[in-house]
Amino acid sequence: MSNFFNKSDLTRKDADKLVSETLNNCDDGELYLEESKSESILLDDNKIKSSNYSSDLGFGFRAISNEVVAYSYSNEISKDSLKNSSENLKSTLKSIKGTYNHEIPKSNKKFYEDINPIEQKTLDSKLEVLNKVNEFLRKKDGSVKQVTASFAGEQKSIEIIRSGGESLTDVRPLIRFNVSVMLEKNGRKETGVYGIGGRQSYDDYLKNDYWKNVCEEAFRIASVNLESKPAPAGEMKVVLGPGWPAILIHEAIGHGLEGDFNRKKTSAFHNLMGEKVASDGVTIVDDGTIDNRRGSLTIDDEGTPTERTVLIENGILKNFMQDRHNARLMKTRSTGSGRRENYRHIVLPRMRNTMMLSGNQTQDEMIKSVDKGIFAVSFGGGQVDITSGKFVFNCTEAYEINNGKIGSPIKGATLIGDGPSILKEVSMVGNDMMLDPGIGTCGKAGQGVPVGVAQPSILINKMTVGGTKL
Amino acid sequence: MIKDQEFLISKASYCLDLAKKIGATDASVKVGHSISETVNFRNKSLEASDRSDGLGLSIETYLGKRRSSISSSNLLDENIKTLIEKCFETTKITPEDEFNSLPDKNLLANQISNLNLYDETRFENDKKIKYLKDLEESASSDNQIINTESSFTENKSNFILANSDGFCDGYRTSSFTSSCVTVAKDENSMERDYEFSSKRHLSDIKQATDLGNKAAMQTIRKLSPKKIGSEKISIIFDKRISKGMLSAFASAISASAIARGTSFLKDKIDQQVFANSINVIDKPNIIKGMGSQNFDSEGVNSNTLQLIENGILKNYLVDTYNGKKLNLKSNGRSGGTTNLYFEKGNISYEDLMKKNSRSLYITETIGHGSNLVTGDYSVGATGFLVEDGEFKYPVNEITIAGNFKNMFKNIILANDLEFEYSVNSPTMMIEGMTVAGK
Repeated sequence: MSNFFNKSDLTRKDADKLVSETLNNCDDGELYLEESKSESILLDDNKIKSSNYSSDLGFGFRAISNEVVAYSYSNEISKDSLKNSSENLKSTLKSIKGTYNHEIPKSNKKFYEDINPIEQKTLDSKLEVLNKVNEFLRKKDGSVKQVTASFAGEQKSIEIIRSGGESLTDVRPLIRFNVSVMLEKNGRKETGVYGIGGRQSYDDYLKNDYWKNVCEEAFRIASVNLESKPAPAGEMKVVLGPGWPAILIHEAIGHGLEGDFNRKKTSAFHNLMGEKVASDGVTIVDDGTIDNRRGSLTIDDEGTPTERTVLIENGILKNFMQDRHNARLMKTRSTGSGRRENYRHIVLPRMRNTMMLSGNQTQDEMIKSVDKGIFAVSFGGGQVDITSGKFVFNCTEAYEINNGKIGSPIKGATLIGDGPSILKEVSMVGNDMMLDPGIGTCGKAGQGVPVGVAQPSILINKMTVGGTKL
Repeated sequence: MIKDQEFLISKASYCLDLAKKIGATDASVKVGHSISETVNFRNKSLEASDRSDGLGLSIETYLGKRRSSISSSNLLDENIKTLIEKCFETTKITPEDEFNSLPDKNLLANQISNLNLYDETRFENDKKIKYLKDLEESASSDNQIINTESSFTENKSNFILANSDGFCDGYRTSSFTSSCVTVAKDENSMERDYEFSSKRHLSDIKQATDLGNKAAMQTIRKLSPKKIGSEKISIIFDKRISKGMLSAFASAISASAIARGTSFLKDKIDQQVFANSINVIDKPNIIKGMGSQNFDSEGVNSNTLQLIENGILKNYLVDTYNGKKLNLKSNGRSGGTTNLYFEKGNISYEDLMKKNSRSLYITETIGHGSNLVTGDYSVGATGFLVEDGEFKYPVNEITIAGNFKNMFKNIILANDLEFEYSVNSPTMMIEGMTVAGK
């Protein structure tokens, strides 16, 4: 755990005093201290292209009264700097008075270990694996023309000091391993990308069978795409594979269920609480409590322990995801969803691991039921306009379905749909729920945070596929 | 107050001296300071204020052809010392790469011209509040507007870039940005749109009322959209989308993508890649330009580059490392383009709109549907159906798709180019793309 005060003229006592004094007449707020250490190593074009280490230290001071949030941050932890921030907050909120809510739930559960993954393994051992990845893939097949592989590791220590001196802390490890391969055959080039990650040590990742699996998967996706034909254009049935395709749930439904958009009534879901928003059998949860997952958190960035929040239960909208600010204004409780990219950013209600739970059908049954459609196995990124509810995501591995059978692979196409209605178009839910491999980063208001997704195979009756073939 | 040159130079020199002392053969360092203040409004009242004050430091150390880097926001000498030692330890065990080096000395910028990129005006938060009040008042004057969110950000930055070959320079820049997002609702739909203005100088920022009115107008006209059928149709890209095509083009001609072989424009120098009426220019020395710079992120002098001349690809965007790989000299584009634009076309906006009896006008795209390896393009889109030069009705939940190789050759540009951002394009038409809808 970082001691934020041992190299500063600011003592813990000073900080407690200034926090209490600043937040005394506010509804909520805290001093958030953060130290992060991160490392990234990249192999590209047959060479170790870069190895970067960075360390970051700073605080964010937040005061909230009524609907107004005042925020000030600095990367200098000192008496002067904190005092300046305090003055800044007071001047914004001078005419708005509140009553501080001292209540914050407690839990002693932890979902990952207090480790620094970077220091646990030598740089050499990571360089060695990256070089093996390069060699393995290039030897594997003559069509391999480019290999990029990277490790990224991080340890983030945070401390939250609330008015009255209460302190909450967390130490968060996070690692990621990624492989991208480009193949060239008969003048055509295609890439395949695969990665894994989580809040854990590098131990397993450096073992042969682990990194080889990642290489094989990236190679497989690229090989499939070398054979791909132009994608169809128009409305049709879509079968989504299990796991990572759940970014559909994240984009189509997840963002629209975040508290801020619903408080502001700018989400297409704001007036649908308690209503049927999905087919029977569709249950979606947002869970911060799964061990070692990328989207898991022991406490959120306001100090609230995370939980498993049921968003949609058997088709009915049950809960929004809340941070303290939006929960207070909507007269409900925080779901432990208050997150920020780092101390430079304000807290927003965000997703953690968003999951659609298993039903009882098989993927085979789904494919067999489709006369003409596509089977989408893997995706790149997605995006949503939460107001109109329209969302997209890009296929990176997909196939035609003709008369109940999987046909040729098709080129990367964008799928577009309507968030509030898409879940009503889900006509089969598979029994094969799978977590994604641990690679997701969600962007909102310029802030990226690590997230996870999960789902079983599903059949969607109607979606627009953005190909070129009419 | 923003840290002055003297302070930044002292930190940079400390780093370089230390790196040399512990055995680095070369080193480069960038030290920067940035202060920004943002005020946010929602539905005509104050919602948030945000002040940030950030120092940052990044260092690269070399041992012959070995290189590694560190970055930190903690500028205490003691911390810098620990980090540089760590960086150099890493350098020692990082494999050699023959292309690693500081930029060629004779390419470094030696004359800094005043591009008027800094406006010292302090726009107090009270004045920001007044501006945002006026903005939201005009944005919400129509009762179909049910939510407005707007913000004003003032930023002042300063930096010093230095290397062990004696380069040491930097300058202050400022930016002022106002933006407004509005939500409109009718019995059929709820829609969102936006408008923003970002300038180096405060006096150039768009009037609050103009910005608010424009955001509201652009949102209201999207209400009650329809989905159209799947078909081949001519597409007109609003300026805010057509400039995205230029950004995609720029990514595809970066020396890094070319050297790695992962661009559909590899080996296309001196070949026709756009329609022959098209010229693309990257000009770093525009006075007050949002993308203007005296030198690139390695200190290399950047001159105006003609990237496309009469449709023919003339230059890649070259940095030192990838330049050495490709046997090309850096042209001062480490860090990408500066002020990038299409030269204006010959046809007026009105004539472009009337060119076909029926076309689709796109105002927004969503998704990351550009594949720069293959050139394939497929994104979600929102816009309007145009008949006989007029907007007939709003359209959404469709996708548009094609391949850049064909799209670039079918571009027709209007003559309405304006220099608003760091990437600028006139309104654009591309014939023969596929729309997927119903």
